[in-house]
Amino acid sequence: MTKSFLQRDPIQRDRDMVRESRLVERTLIALVFVILALFFFAPMLVVFVEAGRKGLLAYFTAIADPETKSAIKMTLMVATLAVPINALFGLAAAWAIARFEFPLKNLLVTLIDLPFSVSPVVVGLSFVVLFGSRGYFAPLLVQYNLQIIFAWPGLVLATTFVTFPFVARELIPLMQQQGVEDEEAALTLGACPLKMFLTVTLPNIKWGLIYGILLCNARAMGEFGAVAVVSGRIRGMTTTLPLQVEVLYGGFDLSGAFAIASILAGLALVTLIIKTVLEWRHAADLAASQRH
Amino acid sequence: MPGKSWFYPASPMPGFRLALGASLLWVGLIVLLPLAGLALRASQIGLEGAIQILMQPRLLAALRLSFGLSFAAGILSILLGGLIAWVLTRYHFTGRRLLDAAIDLPFALPTAVAGIALTTLYAPTGWLGRPLNELGIKVAFTPLGIFIALVFIGLPFAVRTLQPILEQTEVEVEEASASLGAKRWQTILYIILPPLLPAALAGFALAFARAIGEYGSVIFIAGNIPFYTEIAPILVVTRLEEFDERGAIVVAIIMLLASFLCLLAINLVQAWTRRRLGHD
Repeated sequence: MTKSFLQRDPIQRDRDMVRESRLVERTLIALVFVILALFFFAPMLVVFVEAGRKGLLAYFTAIADPETKSAIKMTLMVATLAVPINALFGLAAAWAIARFEFPLKNLLVTLIDLPFSVSPVVVGLSFVVLFGSRGYFAPLLVQYNLQIIFAWPGLVLATTFVTFPFVARELIPLMQQQGVEDEEAALTLGACPLKMFLTVTLPNIKWGLIYGILLCNARAMGEFGAVAVVSGRIRGMTTTLPLQVEVLYGGFDLSGAFAIASILAGLALVTLIIKTVLEWRHAADLAASQRH
Repeated sequence: MPGKSWFYPASPMPGFRLALGASLLWVGLIVLLPLAGLALRASQIGLEGAIQILMQPRLLAALRLSFGLSFAAGILSILLGGLIAWVLTRYHFTGRRLLDAAIDLPFALPTAVAGIALTTLYAPTGWLGRPLNELGIKVAFTPLGIFIALVFIGLPFAVRTLQPILEQTEVEVEEASASLGAKRWQTILYIILPPLLPAALAGFALAFARAIGEYGSVIFIAGNIPFYTEIAPILVVTRLEEFDERGAIVVAIIMLLASFLCLLAINLVQAWTRRRLGHD
């Protein structure tokens, strides 16, 4: 460039002032591609390559295995119980927090966020302390012949703890952002509370709710640490899909482990795609600040 | 409809008692009860017993490894995450939206899947492990492998806390800086980076807290050798499987305290930023 700074095209000059040189820009972009390729795309690719290594027949044999089927059933059952109940709770909590002022509200918000910062392993241990063979509720459980640890209720409880905040955390900022005008109008026009909720609130928060449930479900189906502690990994009985991955991997059945891992990775990809589409199409109907 | 008492706010909205009651019940049963149980059991061990357990060299080694690697992984996450967030917010290139969506992969991918995939990738026979092995670098079943898994987990936290701040920064300020004669690197160092610091700290704390507690993506690549690659969450499970509940609880309490401190730090940083920027 022989022309002096002021002689250049002003628009081009403005652009150049707040930008790095083309070379720096391209290098940085390339670097990001390399980082993501090494960290994210390579592991993803490994899952599908290893799953297909022994051919399609081996893949489908692994998936059709009775233990795998039982793990699929267990995973679906845990998610079917944990996700709707956390969605309902999330709605209730978001309603209380976004629509009312009350003492110690911030404490409730912190408590709702708490499961995100507790290690899954510690979650599992907490439930063992309550319901394990020497736990606080052990006498009660023996009396009524109930089992929670090393049985499906433990898996559901641990999963519920871990997926607790997802829906509430999406809905609280969204409902705060939307304000109460629509709902007040409905009430003023004579709608009963239930009608107001069904015809005004729910349609307003629809996409946020779906978004929260989607993330909640992905975590519920993929949770490992918390359920690993309470499950006991009784094969064909208390293993979910992620636990079955560990069982097979530990038994050196790599292609089996990766076959199941590929189901879970597929689930993660579908979740990411739906999430991204929701963010693109309904950005205005989602809480902008909560992107994960 | 609730009246105007000190507790029930004067709001025309219905359903306060029901919503709050349900929330409190659910928080109490699912979150507080288990954690209270854990705390109660821990208090029964007593300080002397706890210190005795704490002084076990194997436990100390696991804690040192966990905290050290999580700290290092948090630092690298924030550096790489800062670079990624910068490129995603400032540059336009084909595949940008795809990359942006891919950042959340570690949030969506079950940790056990990430764990076995990273292990296979970095094992001495793996795609990346073999060339590294030839260079004399062993990754899988060494602390370096744990480090890589923790960065994998921490990276999205770093990107997602820095990205919104970078999106908000105004180009006008940079133009002002440039027109006053600052070189580009000076603008970056003195104008762009300082407002990012609180978000960087928050992102680091999030990545660090997550790394301390991470289990699924680490157990496979760690190899779990005591005094070498055994991290705190693995020791919790090992102790529990040995029916040493007290040992497991002591480690768990230390991890809990660490994550509470991180949570507190994040809140303080955010409150400080809000005050400084004059919001709220």
